[in-house]
Amino acid sequence: MALNNKVPAGPLTEKWTNYRSKMNLVAPNNKRRLDVIVVGTGLAGASAASTLGELGYNVKCFCFHDSPRRAHSVAAQGGINAAKNYQNDGDSVYRLFYDTIKGGDYRSREANVHRLAEVSVNIIDQAVAQGVPFAREYGGLLANRSFGGVQVSRTFYARGQTGQQLLLGAYSSLSRQISTGNVEMHNRHEMLDIVKIDGIARGIITRNLLTGEIERHAAHAVVLATGGYGNVFYLSTNAMGSNVTAAWRAHKRGAYFANPCYTQIHPTCIPVSGHYQSKLTLMSESLRNDGRVWVPKRMEDVIAIREGKLSPVDIAEENRDYYLERRYPAFGNLVPRDVASRAAKVACDEGFGVNKAGLAVYLDFEAAIERYGKAEALSQGIANPNGEVKKLGTEVVAAKYGNLFDMYAKITGEDPYKTPMKIFPAVHYTMGGLWVDYNLETNVQGLFAVGEANFSDHGANRLGASALMQGLADGYFVLPYTIGQFLSTQIREPKISTDTPEFAEAEQNVKSTQEKLLAIQGNTPVEDFHRRLGLIVWEYCGMSRNAEGLKKGRKDIAALREEFWSDVFIPGTSSEFNPELDKATRVADLIELGELMMVDALDRNESCGGHFREEYKTEEGEAKRDDENYTYVSAWEHTGVGADPQLHKEELVFENVELKTRSYK
Amino acid sequence: MKLTLEIWRQKNAADGGHFDIFQLDDVTDDMSFLEMLDVLNDKLLRDKKDPVAFEHDCREGICGACSMVIDGQPHGPMQETTTCQLHMRKFKDGDTITIEPFRARAFPIIKDLVVDRSSFDRIIQSGGYISVNTGQAQDGNAIPIEKEQSQKAFDAATCIGCGACVAACPNGSAMLFTSAKVSHLALLPQGEVEHSKRVRNMVNQMDAEGFGMCSNTGACEVECPKGISLENIARMNRAYLGASVAAE
Repeated sequence: MALNNKVPAGPLTEKWTNYRSKMNLVAPNNKRRLDVIVVGTGLAGASAASTLGELGYNVKCFCFHDSPRRAHSVAAQGGINAAKNYQNDGDSVYRLFYDTIKGGDYRSREANVHRLAEVSVNIIDQAVAQGVPFAREYGGLLANRSFGGVQVSRTFYARGQTGQQLLLGAYSSLSRQISTGNVEMHNRHEMLDIVKIDGIARGIITRNLLTGEIERHAAHAVVLATGGYGNVFYLSTNAMGSNVTAAWRAHKRGAYFANPCYTQIHPTCIPVSGHYQSKLTLMSESLRNDGRVWVPKRMEDVIAIREGKLSPVDIAEENRDYYLERRYPAFGNLVPRDVASRAAKVACDEGFGVNKAGLAVYLDFEAAIERYGKAEALSQGIANPNGEVKKLGTEVVAAKYGNLFDMYAKITGEDPYKTPMKIFPAVHYTMGGLWVDYNLETNVQGLFAVGEANFSDHGANRLGASALMQGLADGYFVLPYTIGQFLSTQIREPKISTDTPEFAEAEQNVKSTQEKLLAIQGNTPVEDFHRRLGLIVWEYCGMSRNAEGLKKGRKDIAALREEFWSDVFIPGTSSEFNPELDKATRVADLIELGELMMVDALDRNESCGGHFREEYKTEEGEAKRDDENYTYVSAWEHTGVGADPQLHKEELVFENVELKTRSYK
Repeated sequence: MKLTLEIWRQKNAADGGHFDIFQLDDVTDDMSFLEMLDVLNDKLLRDKKDPVAFEHDCREGICGACSMVIDGQPHGPMQETTTCQLHMRKFKDGDTITIEPFRARAFPIIKDLVVDRSSFDRIIQSGGYISVNTGQAQDGNAIPIEKEQSQKAFDAATCIGCGACVAACPNGSAMLFTSAKVSHLALLPQGEVEHSKRVRNMVNQMDAEGFGMCSNTGACEVECPKGISLENIARMNRAYLGASVAAE
């Protein structure tokens, strides 16, 4: 099937406005007769469900948590971008568009990204109106800060809890729609299959996680807002429950999965401390506004540090290698995430890693404390501030990043005000996801995907503070319009019945998969398989990849899949609260996804963004794209477990941006 | 380090429940409390036994899912720290640790350490929002808000909805949770319009859910992992009184 991205014609800056003005609408009396299912209640899902509810559709919303407020968007720290240009520093919709296209290493769709930049300004207005307490200046107006890969300050933030505050805003809107009856909320329900009738998505099968009951839910359209698949790596900054199951089941029912190999490794996370490690914790990118990244220049210092004989604060300035500032003078410590992560890997591969495992670099605030301290002393009129500078500077840094520093201290037992933080890259976000057209509709009619669940607007690398922007853009300002294009064709369609052979087949499919899992009664817990899957994917499809490794990785995962289906141990039954069964279902899907990632990474014989193939790099070790052969989106069609998937290409057309080698030097 | 764990086991809400005792020999300082429980569950599963059910998700102190009482304190012995952020270096070799669910009439037990906190959602649904539809907003900078005022609203808004305040309270009261949301919105000009109605509805819903009365013990503030202040309760009490008088 040829992929039609349905991007409207016309000049880039007018596409969305014109399209929106001319698209088909659904009259209020018809909206009341149309049912929409929204799966997931993170930023994208909660904003979509509440907005669709406000518009008058009958919405059924589902989440696997005990409350919609716990979706992992809640953990986003740093901020949300918007082209407001409140700082008068030259920002514009075009610049946000351009930065995002360039940041994504020219592997995203121009029209979608421009629309994202256009609606970014509305998101901030909406959030403020909901009562989101963004940081403010003394004059009472909104404050901004900088993030990686850009040279303006366009990031809005609420201390280190921007995701939480935006999610609570969306959750409050959702709660209001639940109270008015426009949204019917189903907590503790996990979507386990999608139901297609005559090729159109008409419902889902869910498991009630409390009782184990398998339920059928029908609607005129289905929206998946089920997040990313970073947990395929086991260790990631994702929540423990984050999973690919909803998207994967949709994939197995015909929806194409796009660019699965594009995964984002975040440069600043707390390093792994032991084999029992269950997750990794991010230290917000905002810290790179003030923190300087370095490793010792001399190997003897590295060895002394690892042996505990030397403290990093005792290493003289000239013996430190501030490698980001050295290699990328134009952007310094604020290079994009993929660049910063690879640079950390290079430093550690060369043997300069500063923890026992040799897998950590320093993020140092000494210079910032000094700089802020002096400025503060000056503003307070302290004449001879020598003794005071450190104290004053520490106070300023604490006001900006206090919660992050506290979190670091709790996890590591070290005081980051006194010694530099130790950080290492960790899996954080997945740019790949379900393929969608300009309407955010998958190739399955009536099935939409929003937020991190779609392959989205970030190309091969996402810029900081753009995930919150995209999730809310999709949910508040894009999907509620574009879904009308489809729903306007459905107004004569009566209520969809769940009493059909298609629903019965899907329900049976879910039930038999569960019983098959429970019948294995092997010897190994689910978590064990998940950890091993993570190690394979990290080794062969992590920060750098090569053809040989990817082939081996695929084989290893296939073997792991066989072992899983013959040796996993799940206690209890399917008709009760059974977290181990839920986990097993998710891990089974992550294993299958892992194979697809290897296939996709092997197909892409170039390096771009988060996808770094060792065979394709410049002499300086930077990513080397192949625009002639790989300026396309890889959309994969499922052909059976373990079988070679079928590749469909969406060629990316750049009419407004010239493809250049991405340089942050 | 070696630890003895006394953990509450309860099959479901109808079951009476009891403590099981476990020994763990290979706990290290750098483990989080939940990772320590992962190690225990791994052992139980390898022995084909039922693992201890506990709720958790983000493991970075922000989602509010983790909920257990450790040695008598919700979220354990560290101030302003959720269970997932509590690390084992806080304990020492030979310790016996008692682990129980959050106990309150309005939080029925589902299994072991997992409780039902959906009553919190219903309190928010009764009025914990500003009634603005998508697309109705004016420019974000149209309403200047004093920096300190905005920070106060933020402080109240950082509540993670975990329910530690309820578990800490001898009366099982949800005053800290409810007042945090009332305060967050009351402190912002956007929230003023619906303030009276909001506080009445939310307090009434809180009572309807079976949460207890507040008797000013202050235990909720002490145990709150996000440091939500008692001042919020005072603010809500004043507002509720005002709103009730105005309504009559």
